[in-house]
Amino acid sequence: MKCHYRIQNFEEIKAEDLTEIIRGFKTEKYRLCQICASNIEGDTELIYSFDLDHELFNIKATVRNGGGMESITGIYQPASIYESEIHDLFGIEFTGSRPNRGGKFFVLSKPTPWLPENEGGE
Amino acid sequence: MGAFRISGLILGSLFRRPATAKYPAVPREWEERTRGRIEIDASECILCGMCARKCPADALAVDKAEATWEIDMMGCVQCGHCTEICPKKCLRMEKEYTAPDCDRRTGLRKIPVPKKVTPRNDR
Amino acid sequence: MGKRTVIPFGPQHPILPEPVHLDLVIEDEKVIEAVPSIGFIHRGLEKLAEVREYPELVYVIERICGICSFGHGLGYVTAVEGLMGVEVPERADYLRTMWHELSRIHSHMLWLGLTADALGFESLFMHTWKVRERILNMFDLTTGGRVIHSVCKVGGVRRDVEEEMLDRIVSEVRETRKETRKLTDVFLRDTSVKSRLCGVGILSKEDAEELCAVGPVARASGVYQDMRLNGMCKYGELGFEPVIGEGGDCYARCKVRISELNQSFDIVEKTASVMPDGPVEVQVRGPLQAGEFMMRLEQPRGEALYYVRGNGTRYLERMRVRTPTNMNLPSMVRMLQGCDLADVPVIILTIDPCISCTER
Repeated sequence: MKCHYRIQNFEEIKAEDLTEIIRGFKTEKYRLCQICASNIEGDTELIYSFDLDHELFNIKATVRNGGGMESITGIYQPASIYESEIHDLFGIEFTGSRPNRGGKFFVLSKPTPWLPENEGGE
Repeated sequence: MGAFRISGLILGSLFRRPATAKYPAVPREWEERTRGRIEIDASECILCGMCARKCPADALAVDKAEATWEIDMMGCVQCGHCTEICPKKCLRMEKEYTAPDCDRRTGLRKIPVPKKVTPRNDR
Repeated sequence: MGKRTVIPFGPQHPILPEPVHLDLVIEDEKVIEAVPSIGFIHRGLEKLAEVREYPELVYVIERICGICSFGHGLGYVTAVEGLMGVEVPERADYLRTMWHELSRIHSHMLWLGLTADALGFESLFMHTWKVRERILNMFDLTTGGRVIHSVCKVGGVRRDVEEEMLDRIVSEVRETRKETRKLTDVFLRDTSVKSRLCGVGILSKEDAEELCAVGPVARASGVYQDMRLNGMCKYGELGFEPVIGEGGDCYARCKVRISELNQSFDIVEKTASVMPDGPVEVQVRGPLQAGEFMMRLEQPRGEALYYVRGNGTRYLERMRVRTPTNMNLPSMVRMLQGCDLADVPVIILTIDPCISCTER
């Protein structure tokens, strides 16, 4: 058995190419593992992870904070969970998707708490 | 015929001692390693504040000016990290758990740490 | 054609131990659609990770969930070790494997008990949890905590397990296996249990792949997927092969978990017999390296994913945990479509939901 879990595959792509690349993943029967958002100096970085035969592939796309991104729920239906989460916590708008429960998948006391300008406690 | 497959188990349990302990009438037997609650040997403490800085639950506070060491018993998560990093090893893990209480704040305990006479380094 | 009604289900429900809310669209007695919403216990632990130093963070991360607490600790420390390029000693790796399997046993036992409870089979529930107690005692003996073990640390494990303890674990596991055999006989062959589980909540293999199901849910539908195959811990050396079920209904998921229980007993016994001598930790000092690391591991409930990004300080810049239930929610919604209202709790339970994990 070869050791996979230490092998890291990260690839940066342009946000416009995202849908096309993810469609390619879908035709090759990759499994969507997760979408992770993180704040990097005024931008939000989205990492899409895919699995094929226990190997992990990650693609990164960067959007500006509070910006918009094309939804991939039409390609991978389970993505809606992550898109709703990122929409509710980071305030990224996903175009072409209906956020679960009208953008209230997470019941929060204040909107988009993880957007840098909204950070800080009461 | 597939029904009542559990009857054997139930009959077995019927004639056996109960699986539960009669707590608190019969006190619990603690394992050697059980992490219960944090206690301090105040005479050894040098008020370095290491435990308070590294506590993942922010349950410890050390006040150098007043010479006190304080623990929020209800906030402590019993990870035992402070007992490991204490330079004087004056913190220890007792096996008994913190007693339950109705008030969150009763867990607060302040322990005065006796001032040490620091031997002056005469050069 | 009946009238459509919406029934709110959860977050407080007598049979549902998890705070998930579902809007069930009902027609007659059939569920047409289920819309889940979560967020009732969102704690923002991912954000807390940014203000705790990395060695202490493991105690926070393992409190994400009480049942897969060991798995979370293990996943986090493995991710940080990967980021820093640390190799842990052999013995520590074997100990981690053993504890991880013990935690799988106790999680699956808990699940079996809860399922029996959801079926209304109280005595079976009590008996299952009685057996599970043995495993919790083994955790208390070896790590000092019954539920939160706090035993993983960056660079190895905090406590060694002595020979006498290993012998005690092996004998307890043997006893547990014996008692489990009687219990599983009830789960797999009792008519009343079978009538509640067979043919209920079917998830086809195509659906499981389409909806990206993970863990026992995916395996019960015949998907060959188990993150223990990716070189984590010592599963490769122990000749691990995943259990793959067929059918994809509640009964299949129950059967897969029971087979995994027996497999975990084997793995624990095997680890105890091949445990090498040596140190159990290496010192890891200094700040985190700048860089990122993403890894996955197989928790009792399925694949969990950990992502850490360091920036050269002692604090992580971003820490992300994606838990198995998160990935299984779409499958759950699919299973609920077309089921009877009375089967809803059973179907929700067979994905072994852990909403506290999901929300972190």
